[in-house]
Amino acid sequence: MEQWKEIAASSDFKRLVREKLRVVIPATLFFIIYYFALPVLVGYAPRLMQRRVIGNVNLAYLFALSQFFVAWGIAGLYLRAAARLDVLAKKITDRQAKP
Amino acid sequence: MFLIFVGATLVITYWAAQRSRGTAAYFAANRQITAWQNGFAVAGDYMSAASFLGIAGIIAFQGYDGFMYSVGWLVAYLTVLLIVAEPLRNAGKYTMADVLAYRLNPRPVRAMASLSTLIVSTFYMIAQMVGAGALVSVLLKGIGYNTAVTGVGILMVVYVVFGGMLATTWVQITKAILLMGGTMVLSFLVLAHFGFSLSNFFDAVGQVTYTENGQKVVRDFMQPGLRFKPPYGALDLISLGMALIFGTAGLPHILVRFYTVPDARTARISVVWAMALIGVFYIMTTFLGFGAATIVGRDTIAVNGGTNMSAPLLAKSLGGEVFFGFISAIAFATILAVVAGLTISASTSFAHDFYTNVMHHGRERKPGQEVRVARMAAFVVGAVAIAVAIVLGPTANVAFLVALAFAVAASANLPVIVFSLFWRRFNTTGAVAGLGTGLAASLALILISPSIMGADRALFPLENPGILSIPLGFLGAVLGTLLTREPAAEVKFDELLIRANTGLGAEQASRQ
Repeated sequence: MEQWKEIAASSDFKRLVREKLRVVIPATLFFIIYYFALPVLVGYAPRLMQRRVIGNVNLAYLFALSQFFVAWGIAGLYLRAAARLDVLAKKITDRQAKP
Repeated sequence: MFLIFVGATLVITYWAAQRSRGTAAYFAANRQITAWQNGFAVAGDYMSAASFLGIAGIIAFQGYDGFMYSVGWLVAYLTVLLIVAEPLRNAGKYTMADVLAYRLNPRPVRAMASLSTLIVSTFYMIAQMVGAGALVSVLLKGIGYNTAVTGVGILMVVYVVFGGMLATTWVQITKAILLMGGTMVLSFLVLAHFGFSLSNFFDAVGQVTYTENGQKVVRDFMQPGLRFKPPYGALDLISLGMALIFGTAGLPHILVRFYTVPDARTARISVVWAMALIGVFYIMTTFLGFGAATIVGRDTIAVNGGTNMSAPLLAKSLGGEVFFGFISAIAFATILAVVAGLTISASTSFAHDFYTNVMHHGRERKPGQEVRVARMAAFVVGAVAIAVAIVLGPTANVAFLVALAFAVAASANLPVIVFSLFWRRFNTTGAVAGLGTGLAASLALILISPSIMGADRALFPLENPGILSIPLGFLGAVLGTLLTREPAAEVKFDELLIRANTGLGAEQASRQ
């Protein structure tokens, strides 16, 4: 019980949580906005989305396809950020292992 | 072909049964599954009949709008990756309810979570069974729909009851590899048909001919709007998007996968593996769906088993009877494996959450009893799903049932998972209210939707309830929380936060 309070109050843990939210919140907001832009535009701006870009391939299809690459990109960036957070987390768990 | 697969999976099950001893082994494969293995297994669990048969069918019949399912189903993994996978692995043991029960009053929360898990899994499973029955009764003329459904049911119960999580994981991995391989070959054949020219391919997609109301029509299948039409099409599209994006992170059979890996880092990497596989697969659904629309044609598919047979019929016209058999076997294997995954998550939840923790206050009375109860639950769940699938019959809409499972998961499960991880004030009343409101709202809205009541008489105009039921689920959780105070839950928030973020105190891979 005391142990948890101590960790929660430690600057290392506060830093970990702060850094983590700094990664997760913008990433989540970005992917939600980028994703919902697709159904909103397809639903409410069909004219724009029907515009042909290359041959018969239209904006709607290219935008949908871009979602895959954006999702992979966010996942890749998150992997890199998370590796940095792992180091911070390990500092905290190591200290607990040897009192 | 099909029999070889069934034989191979039975061998895997036998091998796994020999190695799987004890509770952590049965429910969580000893937490020794590696990142790529879990990635394949998550992908295998996810690429169900709805993905392979369903999306190909919707694209073949309604063009671009069907591709919206593919997009949502991949992007949904960002919710899993960024928000739920790692905390869940760190703070839980076997089921979603473990995380909720951590700082809340365990009995009511586990009872509700278990109910929601059973409902989501059963809807998902019935859909797969109906798909399997329809597939087999078209494929093998001698076997009827009822026999096919019963056959799948019995096989899946065998996998789960004897093999547990280790066997189901390996069945999923095998199946994911087969499905990816089959889809790649099929996409390659579609491109070859158009002389490896993407512009020829997309030009053909621009002029799809079929019969509508007795008249020949030509439509551009690249254009949106063939499925989601005014006045409510745009809202339905957003509603579907919400159910897909937020539902995946609440699907019990996906969540249990993260308990089979040794730590949060492995869980994270396995999600990225799954995203790579699922993404490539869903991009290829364009070739399957548009290929079926242009090469086989809507009219031919409609008289040969309907939308769900689009991908197998495409294989038949491009690769002949042998390839048709191969693709059908893969589709069948897909269903079998997904059903096994669903059964194990449903029976784990029943045994671990309801039987042990609700009925017996968290104490296992005899060692190994939880596993025995789970095996019995697998039998019962299997029997219920077989019975309902037979009652619904082969004409039931598979995509509708799966979208229902996603909407229910997004409305009931996701709000309480998010709040219990991120909101200090969140408490037991909030969790019960959130789960209850989410379940009730999504089920009620589906009952009064056009899919059940018919397009003219429906009280709720959208096919998918997500746009309303997901906010209601969150609202229920917030109101329930604000009504009462639970200091004990707030005190334990620090502990959960530390465990979820650092993995301190999490059960590591057990060596047995």
